[in-house]
Amino acid sequence: MAETRRRAGGAGRSAVLIPYGWLVLFFLLPFLIVLKISLSATAIAQPPYTPVFDPSAGLAALKEFLADLSFDNYAQLIADRLYLFSYLRSLEIAAVSTVILLVLGYPVAYGMARVARRWQGLLLVLVILPFWTSFLIRIYAWVTILQHDGLLNQALVALHIVDAPLTWLATDTAIYIGIVYSYFPFMVLPLYAALEKMDESLLEAAANLGCPRWKTFWLVTLPLSRPGIVAGVLLCFIPIVGEFVAPDLLGGSSRQMIGQTLWTEFFANRDWPAASGVAAVLLLLLVVPIVIYQHQQARELEGA
Amino acid sequence: MADEVEIRQETDRGGAKLGFAPWADPAARPLVRFDAVTKRFGETRAVDALSLDIFPGEFFALLGPSGCGKSTLLRLLAGFEAPSEGRVLLDGTAIDAVPPHRRPVNMMFQNYALFPHLTVEGNVAFGLKQEGRPRAEIAARVAEMLALVKLAPLARRKPHELSGGQRQRVALARSLVKRPRVLLLDEPLAALDKQLRGETQFELMELQARLGTTFVIVTHDQEEAMTVAHRMGVMDRGRIVQVGTPAEVYEQPNSRYVASFVGDVNLIEGRLAAVGPSGLLIDSTVGAKLATNQRVEADVGATVWVTLRPEKLRVATAPPAANENCVSGHVAEIAYLGNVSLYKVRLDNGFMMKAQLPNLTRVVERPIGTNERVWLSWTPDAGVVLTG
Repeated sequence: MAETRRRAGGAGRSAVLIPYGWLVLFFLLPFLIVLKISLSATAIAQPPYTPVFDPSAGLAALKEFLADLSFDNYAQLIADRLYLFSYLRSLEIAAVSTVILLVLGYPVAYGMARVARRWQGLLLVLVILPFWTSFLIRIYAWVTILQHDGLLNQALVALHIVDAPLTWLATDTAIYIGIVYSYFPFMVLPLYAALEKMDESLLEAAANLGCPRWKTFWLVTLPLSRPGIVAGVLLCFIPIVGEFVAPDLLGGSSRQMIGQTLWTEFFANRDWPAASGVAAVLLLLLVVPIVIYQHQQARELEGA
Repeated sequence: MADEVEIRQETDRGGAKLGFAPWADPAARPLVRFDAVTKRFGETRAVDALSLDIFPGEFFALLGPSGCGKSTLLRLLAGFEAPSEGRVLLDGTAIDAVPPHRRPVNMMFQNYALFPHLTVEGNVAFGLKQEGRPRAEIAARVAEMLALVKLAPLARRKPHELSGGQRQRVALARSLVKRPRVLLLDEPLAALDKQLRGETQFELMELQARLGTTFVIVTHDQEEAMTVAHRMGVMDRGRIVQVGTPAEVYEQPNSRYVASFVGDVNLIEGRLAAVGPSGLLIDSTVGAKLATNQRVEADVGATVWVTLRPEKLRVATAPPAANENCVSGHVAEIAYLGNVSLYKVRLDNGFMMKAQLPNLTRVVERPIGTNERVWLSWTPDAGVVLTG
């Protein structure tokens, strides 16, 4: 690896600048702006916070600007339990959804990896197909399916499974249905990629050494698909924590996920500094699993 | 090379086992029996009405080109494939209904199929853990096996941290540690370089003699089969065309296919001219009369082939006294291989013959050069007459 990098020389080094440049431009700079706003105070002004940094005013203005920044918003985040509950609820919904996704996605990915090659392409397209429609439209479709006289209740009543229509909308069940449906491809695709490249002679070797099929799954297949599991779990868990659309359209209004809280601060309360504080903390919360993921990826690369 | 093989047969295989020939003993019970086994994949017959007995303690080689069905035969025995017709018997009992994980048969896979997430130790212990053996016993047997294949210092490594030869030995240890009734080896040395392959062949033989386990090896390398095996079965399109000791198969091939697959050979076509009390006289297409002291099931006038191994020919720069079993031509090419030199001689009618001479002395300039006229001759017992 090191040798390859050395040989790549100047051209290689400048190619590395492209992703870093992208990250600086579209991640680091916006984050620094958000961080700055989170240290400001609300103001009835345009923009709606103070102080505003004016680079043309010189060094003295900069000092004054820095002195005006405060951690009040973060203190508020801790003092008001509303935020803590929002974070916890987000983590809970993300965790439960990710477990459901893994349990549903693994058999699907496994089946896809084991069917004849000529079917695998078609199945892949079918898994990706929902992406061809807008995410928002798909969630609205679920609203019509889950509403009181919606498709689901009609079917349940027609099949005599229930006597009267059930309440689906504005429940946690609806949130889970929407989230699991939306993130399903993000779980299945990395699992499929991991399972598809597994050498089938390993399964034969396990059988040859006296291992029954069900046990081979636990001892060989599952451990070898671990990179796919880690990738799928992180690809789902991280964005679900910040999920806004599904809980807002399908869930109830009593308990908010952090994305909804953030939206309320930003648009309803017009409290940009508080909203920025919420966002900054959310980001730090998510950086932990991202770092774990990166570490895992690096180890995989070493292994290969 | 035939000489080397014969010598080894008398020494290595001899010693304690000088009389080891259960296949010749009508009272011996085979350990493995393929009873008229056919395996079809769609329209193709990978194995075609094949019957074969393999005896306890035997090192048996299945030899053939790729696609001849030799690996399928191994997989039938391991239980990865079920026969379309016929039965596979182990120790006299049909095992077709026994799933692979219950068969007392272990396999060393061609790609080794080591579990990448387990250490060397973990790989070797895998099979014993499935048997539910006590921890202490597993540890002891794994350690013993790793010592046997000289891998003890690498016990904690993962497969990707090993060289090809080391991986091969892990696979061997893993398949032997359960003390199988039969060890199946699917092209076990194909991925090794030539020198390591040679060494490993002798290690395999030693191991087999020490453990007394029945080994069945699949290989496309005739030299490998002849080196390691007590007996070999030569396969062609799903059938076994000849079974015998390496010396039998080499010196007494029963068809042109076997003669040309096992070793280097000159195949001369001819017409059976006369059958005498001491042998046959054949009119050959190379212009000479060939005399052999063999008998053959054919009528006078039938087309026959005489196979002559290159090392059985004498090369001379002057015509020999007898004019039977002698052809003449010009040296077209000389391949110097160190221990021997291979001469390609173009006969006057254009037919190419190969002759091999041992390089007994250390002389850089060989006495016979290219384009020189030479006479090739052989004794009446040198050739094998074939009708098919």
